[in-house]
Amino acid sequence: MIEILAVLGIPLAGGLLLAVVGERDGAAMVNIVTSLATLVAASVLTVHVVADGPLLVLDRLFFVDSFNVFLVALTAFVGFTTSLFSRPYMRIERERGHLNAARLRLYHSMYQLFNFTMLLALLTNNMGILWVALEAATLTTVLLVSLYRTPASLEAAWKYFILCGVGIAQALFGTILLFFAAEKLLGGGGGALLWTELDAVKGELEPTVLSLAFVFLLVGYGTKVGLVPLHNWLPDAHAEGPTPVSAVLSGLLLNVALYAVVRCKVLVEGAIPTAFAKNLMMGFGLVSVIVAAFLLSRQKDIKRLFAYSSIEHMGIITFAFGMGGPIANFAGLLHMTVHSLTKSAIFFTVGHATQKTGTQVMDDIRGLVTISPLLGWGLALGTLAILGMPPFGVFTSEFLVLTTAMREQPWATPFLLGALALAFAAVFSKVQPMVFGETTAKRLPLRPSMLPVFTHLALVLMLGLWIPPFLAEWYRQAARLIG
Amino acid sequence: MSVPPVYAQLINLFAAILLLLAFAMLAQRRVLSLIDLFAAQGLALAASTAIVAFGTGQHHLYWSAGLTLALKVLLLPWILHRLIRKLDVRWDFERLINVPTTMLIGIVLVVFAFNLAVPISQLASTVTRSTLGIAMACVMLSFLMMITRRKAIPQVIGFLSMENSLFFAATSATYGMPMVVELGVALDVLVAVLILGVFFFQIREQFDSLDLKHLENLKEGE
Repeated sequence: MIEILAVLGIPLAGGLLLAVVGERDGAAMVNIVTSLATLVAASVLTVHVVADGPLLVLDRLFFVDSFNVFLVALTAFVGFTTSLFSRPYMRIERERGHLNAARLRLYHSMYQLFNFTMLLALLTNNMGILWVALEAATLTTVLLVSLYRTPASLEAAWKYFILCGVGIAQALFGTILLFFAAEKLLGGGGGALLWTELDAVKGELEPTVLSLAFVFLLVGYGTKVGLVPLHNWLPDAHAEGPTPVSAVLSGLLLNVALYAVVRCKVLVEGAIPTAFAKNLMMGFGLVSVIVAAFLLSRQKDIKRLFAYSSIEHMGIITFAFGMGGPIANFAGLLHMTVHSLTKSAIFFTVGHATQKTGTQVMDDIRGLVTISPLLGWGLALGTLAILGMPPFGVFTSEFLVLTTAMREQPWATPFLLGALALAFAAVFSKVQPMVFGETTAKRLPLRPSMLPVFTHLALVLMLGLWIPPFLAEWYRQAARLIG
Repeated sequence: MSVPPVYAQLINLFAAILLLLAFAMLAQRRVLSLIDLFAAQGLALAASTAIVAFGTGQHHLYWSAGLTLALKVLLLPWILHRLIRKLDVRWDFERLINVPTTMLIGIVLVVFAFNLAVPISQLASTVTRSTLGIAMACVMLSFLMMITRRKAIPQVIGFLSMENSLFFAATSATYGMPMVVELGVALDVLVAVLILGVFFFQIREQFDSLDLKHLENLKEGE
């Protein structure tokens, strides 16, 4: 129990502290230390849960099982590496006059609070609190997206707020319907929104209400996942916000929103005998993959390119969870992990690359290998990894999704394969000249901080070659749980 | 449980008032009056919640009625009033295109919402179940309002009114959500308004107006 309080308390306290002390020399360091402490607490929690099984503590308010504990660990880990990356990145932004002390104070404080809201969303057992935390996650990042105060960033932030706000209002209605269905069985007290309680009685919940609730929940949380056609905010928010924010939005927030969808799906699956929830998720997932693949080739801005790639990958994961079954769920969980690690690594390199070249327009970024070999190779490897090249982990999970699809949903396989090929062609043809093209730019003296990038890529590579037994066991348990 | 018919009548009355207010907001052009309408909506909501609480003996609903009163009738309108005074858009009004058409679409939405609510209301055991359709209609009308508005503050009021309607849906279908959730939602709404306040100033500083037509340059696929 103490671990859960630490996991939540550390980022909350850190965020408040950073807001109070303001931007001093050590603020970025405090940010890193806070994230590191969160990671340590999350690791202790993970070890605890792995050893002793699921935890249900504090008047059933928090619930940790093998499904969310791995997301907690992942969130804390990427939160920490992003804070490592953001220190040099933000220092350069400040030196160049893009940001001032007041905005950096906002940034650091909101960064920690954002981590807090995501961890709260993951750990809570209450579907209502899950909603509150996800809405709070939007609120903490709105002002980060508009941090540069350019017209485009203001527009992106406004869109982000309004679209996600409306979307998540649908999810609130879905939650109300869920409560409505559960209240008959569990009584009107606090118990009727607790996931563990709902899970215990899911077979008796009213199917009509649950189907309707799931539509609203999927549309609502799906907006935050960036599922097509609810994805409009995502590329803008990723492209216009500062790069560390793009990295955590893509790497973490989308996962957490998808986690909410999957939790709801487990309940709905138990309540309705038909494959309604499955089909809905597969449909949304497939449409997202296809539409994103087509839009990828039309991108000119590098951050938008990888934002669309996130939509594509979220589509794949949603499709995998929609299919269900032990293998597809395993693949979905693995894909969540590797996508999150790879995509944040790519955003780190993209951040450095745009800082060095001073532009996000892909046509103007050329020859990164000449300007800075580490950076060039980082981007090249990251891109290959995200495109699903073996031996990286993304290949493993995509392979599992595809083979399961061939067996269980053969009709979907050609669409998936076609979209993946299209995405490959689009992204590769754009990244290749950026990395290896001719450039007139001089080698820059600044060494980029590439440690987080290569750590992430090494992990993704490892997951492609060898999944540690404890992790595999963990995924299997979680996959069973999701059903 | 048996509830005296007079309470059911009163609840229906307030539900009707909420629906009327939603239509009034749809057509209201003045920012100042829009805020007053929003406050009135909050008041009707608080009153109906209190009546449900009194009629059914669900005491925790008194708390949510009080919360609604404090937040949506007093605090949020006060913040919005302050905001429009500081932004100097007190007397602003918006040229709405084709109010009659919007109204007609609104009526269609209401019919749709009523039909959507029928299967759920039949399952509900609450006295207020007949008002669920009205709650859903209000949600859709607020949504319509957000779509038709081109200025920032009315759009936000549409957002807040949607939250009001959802709250009403929760009371009418289930006698209210657990308190901790209601508090969380209220906190989120409050923080949202505060953040938007900051955000309005940023937009104004950048574009010299709060017209959202300046915020339509980012396009898909480019």
